[in-house]
Amino acid sequence: MLIKLLNTLLMIVVALTITGVINRTRAVLAGRKGIRFFQHIYNVQLQLRKGAVYSTTTTTLFRIAPCVYLGAAIVAFLFIPIADLEPLLSFHGDIILVAYLLALARVAIVLAAMDTGSSFEGMGAAREALYGALVEPALMMAMATLALFCGYSSFADIFSTAQELDMNLTVVLLLVAYVFVVILFIEAGRVPVDDPRTHLELTMIHEVMCLDYSGVDMAMIHIAGWLKNAIFAVIAANAVSVAISFHWQFTVPLAILGAGLSIGIVESLRARNKLSRNTTFILTIVAMSALVLLTGFLLIQNIEI
Amino acid sequence: MKLYHITNNNAQAVAIADIPVVEYVELYNDLKERMKDSRYHVAHYFATEIDCGLKFYLIILDDATGEVLITSFIPDYYAEGLASLTALHAQFHPFEREMHELYGIPFDSHPWLKPLRFPHDRRDRESTMESYPFYTIDGDELHEVNVGPIHAGIIEPGAFRFICDGEQVLHLEIALGYQHRGVEGEMLRNDNRLRHSLLAESTAGDTAVGHATAYAELTEKLANADIGDDLKRERMIAIELERIAMHLADTGALAADIGFQLYQVACEALRTVVINTTQAWCGNRFGKSLIRPMGTNRPLTEEKIALIRKNIADVRRRYNEVREDILEAPTLLARFEQCGLVPKSEMTRIGGVGQAARASGLMRDIRATHPSGFYAGELKHEPILKHEGDVMSRLATRMDEVLQSADYIESTLAAYKPTGNIPAPNYDAKLQGDALALSLIEGWRGEICHVALTDSEGRIAKYKIKDPSVHNWLGLAIAVRSEGISDFPINNKSFNLSYCGHDL
Repeated sequence: MLIKLLNTLLMIVVALTITGVINRTRAVLAGRKGIRFFQHIYNVQLQLRKGAVYSTTTTTLFRIAPCVYLGAAIVAFLFIPIADLEPLLSFHGDIILVAYLLALARVAIVLAAMDTGSSFEGMGAAREALYGALVEPALMMAMATLALFCGYSSFADIFSTAQELDMNLTVVLLLVAYVFVVILFIEAGRVPVDDPRTHLELTMIHEVMCLDYSGVDMAMIHIAGWLKNAIFAVIAANAVSVAISFHWQFTVPLAILGAGLSIGIVESLRARNKLSRNTTFILTIVAMSALVLLTGFLLIQNIEI
Repeated sequence: MKLYHITNNNAQAVAIADIPVVEYVELYNDLKERMKDSRYHVAHYFATEIDCGLKFYLIILDDATGEVLITSFIPDYYAEGLASLTALHAQFHPFEREMHELYGIPFDSHPWLKPLRFPHDRRDRESTMESYPFYTIDGDELHEVNVGPIHAGIIEPGAFRFICDGEQVLHLEIALGYQHRGVEGEMLRNDNRLRHSLLAESTAGDTAVGHATAYAELTEKLANADIGDDLKRERMIAIELERIAMHLADTGALAADIGFQLYQVACEALRTVVINTTQAWCGNRFGKSLIRPMGTNRPLTEEKIALIRKNIADVRRRYNEVREDILEAPTLLARFEQCGLVPKSEMTRIGGVGQAARASGLMRDIRATHPSGFYAGELKHEPILKHEGDVMSRLATRMDEVLQSADYIESTLAAYKPTGNIPAPNYDAKLQGDALALSLIEGWRGEICHVALTDSEGRIAKYKIKDPSVHNWLGLAIAVRSEGISDFPINNKSFNLSYCGHDL
């Protein structure tokens, strides 16, 4: 039980610090001092103390969406193990549950955006739905690759048995980690797919869906965002840890720094994609995860290529 | 019969008696053919009230010879409207729309007499911004997106109505007028020319030097004053400093719009150096208080020249590094190249001016075609032309102009020893009566045109301001057609047009 609690605690640490690392990385690369490391948490604290304002065109759907969004993210979050630790929740087939909890979160926020009747939010919802649908095969195939290696379909089992794997599979695991990092970019709404800092409504994807939210609701959406970041960062870090060193002392810093630095550096040193190129970008990742799955399958079968 | 009075941008004011009053039919027939040649474009076209109705003034620029063609006509009071020139040549559209809005003149077969800026003294008070019927297209597949007039960023108000097929823009309509302050009317409220200078500076906040210089030159033409080479030289330095600062700001803003932090922060830092240099010169970062009629309160000194030369040389070197990086940044080029195309033919048709026109291969640069002040003297300006007409060429024009302006400043200041002979401003000189004066200045955005008519006692009776944005807003609407709606912001930024310069 203690191990499960430690796991959850460390997950929370990862969730809370990634944004800080991103902000600090960006500030350093811009030659600035940067905001406080935990400024994003203070901001959310402030929002939690505020009331919410609702547009008169919205319905109940709009009001419950943030709860569903955060709830789904929390439940998914509890299934993720950190290296050799055990997650709080686990059962056979929880991989599928996690994938669809994340899909549920997306559906909730997309419906809420449509509910406002704003033309911006409708556009954002259409984009989010498209990219969500496109990235899902990549997510499922990457998870399937992990499941294939161990013959298990729960995160806890996968990573606990994965350490006995053949060295041949290391490359495949590193590629799986890469796929998860890119999925993190897409899910977190970061450059090159989306830009969380932009004030231009017409170019937004995730931000535009939250335009009508304020106060507590906005805070819930931010927190859910952190949790989602932690989920993908830790899965990617686990995959790397399997290949290098399977201890939580290695995995936790790897998850924080890996996700934080990669996002921070990419956001500083490149431009966003043209919106119409995002589909190509995401499909490339889908193709890559298909390749990873195929390679993994061939290696498992010991087929000579 | 002579149709036009021919003058140039360096000549003195024109006596109104010298401007031919022609028959509209003849003028119309002449313009029908004349404006087909891209060497001509309309600089200003306005009506003014006289005893027996309205008198119209039309000013055409000839880029090939540097001539300014001025004419006027008084239509029959009982005539039922005028045949629209816009129907033949789209570049007349803002001027005819303005006259229709102010005086209710019906222009026959004008494609769309949409209100220009909803001024306070418009003819039809029933026509308001709230009730304005936007252009619509029927179709179940299409949707409309309205942006503004209040925007998420700290920018001026203006409404953009897109008609989209999915992510693709079919049509963009721009509705302006939210910044209308009545600048032209304020110019007539009293004769205080210091007040006029301040008003000119505030016409468009980002072109303070440009508009103030236009006002100053116009006053000097009316006063028949020779201001001397030193003052001309210092004004040139001020205009080029403003150009550098704004082009740097726009380079940074374009990078910010595609989420490219590196170039954004680099350009922001450089711009600060430039506007702080302007502040060190005149006490204001945007060059306000620097340009005054017939003199200046802020002449350059040896120390200020040394500071400007040092800072500009430093900015030029650092910006050139950024520029070379930008030209090789694949993710940036992927966004800017082939995006927001405005071909030369379209730019010519709508009468585009300035940096945006030059990016489409259309040579419109007052510094070269209608030079005044220092540009007409020692400095021989070579305009920078690009030919693609996309966002990248608009950016590339900016980048090259920064280097060019920096070189002009360096070469001019290197050979300049201030003598201390520049007089203080003179706000009381007697102005020529019954005259029309115009001044053309190439601001950083393009051609600024100020026109004034004086009464028999030399008081300003009519003041018309034209910011280059008036021409170029339509260029933006054309640029985004068939582009993705998410590429609108970078197109908008690549033009960076003024709302208050348009709305006055």
